[in-house]
Amino acid sequence: MVSFLLTVRLLCAYNKPMSQPNSCELEVLDLVPFGQTGNESRFFALRLGRPNWNIWCPGQFVMLRPHNFGLDIPWARPLAICHMTARHMICFFQVRGKGTRRMAELRPGDKVRVWGPLGNGFVMEPDTPTLLLAGGMGIVPFVGYVSEHLKPWNVSMLFGHREHISCYPVDSINEHIPVDSLREPENGDLDNFIYTIQERMREYAEQKGLVLACGPSPFLRTVQTFAAELGVRCQISLETRMACGVGACLGCVTKTTTAWPVGEKRERHVQVCTHGPVFWASQVAL
Amino acid sequence: MDLSVTLKGQTRDLVLKNPVLTASGTFGYGLEFVTYGDLSELGGIVVKGLSLHPREGNSSPRIIETTAGMLNAVGLQNDGVESFCLEKLPRLPWHKTSIIANIYAASVDEFAELAARLDQEEGVAALEVNVSCPNVKAGGALFGQDPALASSVTSAVRRAAPHKHIMVKLSPNVTDIALMARSVEDAGADSISCINTLLGMAVDIQTRRPSLANVVGGLSGPAIKPVALRCVWQVARAVKIPVVGLGGILTAEDALEFMLVGAKAVQVGTGNFMRPDCAFALTQTLPAVCERLGIDNLTSFCGSLQLDS
Repeated sequence: MVSFLLTVRLLCAYNKPMSQPNSCELEVLDLVPFGQTGNESRFFALRLGRPNWNIWCPGQFVMLRPHNFGLDIPWARPLAICHMTARHMICFFQVRGKGTRRMAELRPGDKVRVWGPLGNGFVMEPDTPTLLLAGGMGIVPFVGYVSEHLKPWNVSMLFGHREHISCYPVDSINEHIPVDSLREPENGDLDNFIYTIQERMREYAEQKGLVLACGPSPFLRTVQTFAAELGVRCQISLETRMACGVGACLGCVTKTTTAWPVGEKRERHVQVCTHGPVFWASQVAL
Repeated sequence: MDLSVTLKGQTRDLVLKNPVLTASGTFGYGLEFVTYGDLSELGGIVVKGLSLHPREGNSSPRIIETTAGMLNAVGLQNDGVESFCLEKLPRLPWHKTSIIANIYAASVDEFAELAARLDQEEGVAALEVNVSCPNVKAGGALFGQDPALASSVTSAVRRAAPHKHIMVKLSPNVTDIALMARSVEDAGADSISCINTLLGMAVDIQTRRPSLANVVGGLSGPAIKPVALRCVWQVARAVKIPVVGLGGILTAEDALEFMLVGAKAVQVGTGNFMRPDCAFALTQTLPAVCERLGIDNLTSFCGSLQLDS
């Protein structure tokens, strides 16, 4: 058991890809709508058979391309791994465009092509006080994070969202840690959310803790600014448009800063899919 | 079934173990795909476009999905030829499959310098001369739209890399692609690959902005296959040197369509994004598809399109 725990810790602690990614065909087990009923649902948990890779790290993602995309929707969609069990992989998505609309039509038994696990994950330091900051759909990789964490009592979460809380997989996180949630449908509430982020980050800076954030770009920019001001160790997970997910299309690049560890790649473009999606906040320019 | 193909050039031949190559810019340096298949099973790998010095490429957004295709305006981001020769090439299985270096430069002299550098590399089997990139300001597609310029680039590369097979990649964004093909053949090209992307554009009516930072970009994917097929057919009839077809190829059947109109080999491009094992799967299924169609010799099948009504 000790060596198992040590292995998990070592694998997750150094921010490296965990397993050799491969491409496989998985079966849809079910598609569960989230949120209030009445309107057409826009939030879904997609439960698939478990892929044949066994090691992964929360924060990593997969490229998912259902057969029903046909030829007209050429790209797979990058999705954070929400959760893995012994038999299933769960992804979570919001209907935003034609790809996710087509995904919402999936039925049990349908086939999807999945390649992964891709990119790197969030650092996991069981003994370090860790603050998770999630904006909207940015909550998804944290479901896996809190369930894989060895000492969840050292983890807390602040969750800002626009839609009703029932749209998001908050219950899966609440099973492990309490979630502080703030809904910000109005502009005034946004200021309150930003203030709360700053105050919580200050606490973790004082405790020499760790801050991990995932959400829309303006939210990540705010977190990045506070992290620099407060001097707290902080990782952010970027979401960008991707065609391949494996580093080939060069569509998802982001610019690094002078803090990037490799000299010749400072202030250069790097792929989010292979160098991220999780980055140290100080090392990328948003 | 013997799938090997020899692209008989005017100066140098290129022997491929099978006719399936991966297209430049869609397969990285090959190393990105090692967990999805065995690189040495491919007929060849055309690596991401190399320039003399590292290039940062265009700003984002650089890619956008379109119906049955995609637009890209990456702008030839790459680490430069030295980094390729020192860091990537030694890790590629060049003794088992053909590594083809796609090259781009902003001037004829620079093309020659780049070609001379790669001529020294044992691991490089051929050069693919990119006279057709629509996404860079200097040179780029201009070389591929002016027969005289394309010809001078081709002959400069030919002279600078006497040991390599020289493949010239043509743009479809021209009035008469056969004319371009004849110019590069006359200038000493060993083979021609076509087509590069079609210049295209996408806009957002909500934000009233272009979808790409570069405004325009290159269209690729299944959407362009009929255009590519037409170009390959026209080029194959216009020249004696072998033609390598690409544009929207995903399956063995697609590959055979290009071979039927005259291609000796094919390249898989955007398909590599649609599933990372696309080129591997195509290579593996090709013999069975040939058998089903009663094709026992690919060489005689190439260009066997019947035109009589």
